[in-house]
Amino acid sequence: MALIDELIAGGPALLDGAWGTELQARGLAAGEVPDLWNLEHADRVEEVARAYVDAGSDIILTNTFRANAVALADHPDVSRLEQVNRAGVEISKRAAAARARVFASIGPSGKLLISGEVDESSLRTAFEQQARALAAGGADAIVVETMADLDEAGFAIDAARATGLPVVACMVYDSGKQKDRTMMGVTPERAAEVFTRAGADVIGANCGNGIEGYIPVCSRLAAATDRPIWIKANAGLPELRGGEAVYRTTPEQFASHLGELIDAGASFIGGCCGTNPAFIAALRAHLDA
Amino acid sequence: MTRIEELFDAVLTGNRDAAVEVARRALEASVDPQSLIDDAMIPAMDEVGRRFEEEEYFVPELLLSARAMKSVLERIKPLLSQKGTSHKGCIVIGTVQGDLHDIGKNLVAAMLEGAGFEVVDLGTDVSPERFVAAVEEKSAKLVGLSALLTVTMPSMKSTVEALEAAGLRDRVKVMVGGAPLSTDYAEEIKADAYADNATAAVRVAQALVGA
Repeated sequence: MALIDELIAGGPALLDGAWGTELQARGLAAGEVPDLWNLEHADRVEEVARAYVDAGSDIILTNTFRANAVALADHPDVSRLEQVNRAGVEISKRAAAARARVFASIGPSGKLLISGEVDESSLRTAFEQQARALAAGGADAIVVETMADLDEAGFAIDAARATGLPVVACMVYDSGKQKDRTMMGVTPERAAEVFTRAGADVIGANCGNGIEGYIPVCSRLAAATDRPIWIKANAGLPELRGGEAVYRTTPEQFASHLGELIDAGASFIGGCCGTNPAFIAALRAHLDA
Repeated sequence: MTRIEELFDAVLTGNRDAAVEVARRALEASVDPQSLIDDAMIPAMDEVGRRFEEEEYFVPELLLSARAMKSVLERIKPLLSQKGTSHKGCIVIGTVQGDLHDIGKNLVAAMLEGAGFEVVDLGTDVSPERFVAAVEEKSAKLVGLSALLTVTMPSMKSTVEALEAAGLRDRVKVMVGGAPLSTDYAEEIKADAYADNATAAVRVAQALVGA
């Protein structure tokens, strides 16, 4: 059986939660690029990964979200990206041991194609380099996540598919009156159609919205594709307290929506900003109940 | 449809080629270039801004409209200066030190250019010293500071302080924007104003320079 089918044969698969805040709790400094810790503080990154495996994740991601050559073009460590990506997968694999699968993360470039800040060929090259390094590190699959632009997401999906690994493709729905559009105005239906045609094995949404907000997005994705759906919601919408983002949803509140999300068609479920291992443990308890 | 209405529509729909062509024909027909700006393009950008704030328009629409207006402006600028009309002033803009995020800053720059400001974009990770140098060199009336990360917000404060220390603070207004910011924070660091989004940034800039 193919990996994706196998993972959800017995019901929804549990993903992980946020990494950045967990790394900050372990000393990641202001303005520091989290991905570089894969080389400098592999032990602390592994602690985060292991915390999610211990909390019950069936699948964990990798600390490689920003490790592409466009996002970090101005960074002195841009030459070490291949090692950063490989190490990111190796760290998650060590933490997972035989208990969880490792899906490697590719995030957006942070540049807009439409305004000419970046061109197609530099994006394609950056994602191809990253995807190759993630595959070489031994990833079980690749997750293209937090995308706002369909073209950019498409380049990342192509790059990920070229490795032969299964590919998950997600966008961030944080705009529009119903919070059902990406920053670039993309709807769930349009993303599902384009990603299905591009050959993504799993299609989803992450970040930008709380778990309740993602229930209708999940239904709409599920209605528009035959692929399984992946949802990683935030712990509510952030409130600003003295310039700091605070998420109010508790692990128990978050997990209380699990049934609705599954009914809406989600097969892969986890958390994004504001969530931590306690959220995953709460989801695990509900799933196993 | 009049030429003014056609230009309004072309900018509203982000059709750069049509906007440039309509403007060219209008000028041939001796329409006042200032009227193309005041009666067609500025109202069109106001409507674009309204739709963006209402979340009917998204980033691509905003950028295309701003680009259409900018293209027309570039072509009619020489005609305007002959008449003694100049742009609304120079604004120095950048993402503050330690922060590499530039999508929001670029949107604001595009909208300000569309509204007729001369924009000097210093890019990302801009030190307080570079802001000071650019303000001095360009005799800028306005500085726009952007930050996405909460952890780089203190760089905004150091930039305001550096402008103060350089003796520039009484002749340059400071506006700030970015996801983690607020009016309260702008007040706390003694900036002149906070703008919530790219459309609001144009309104704020116009109010600050009295344009």
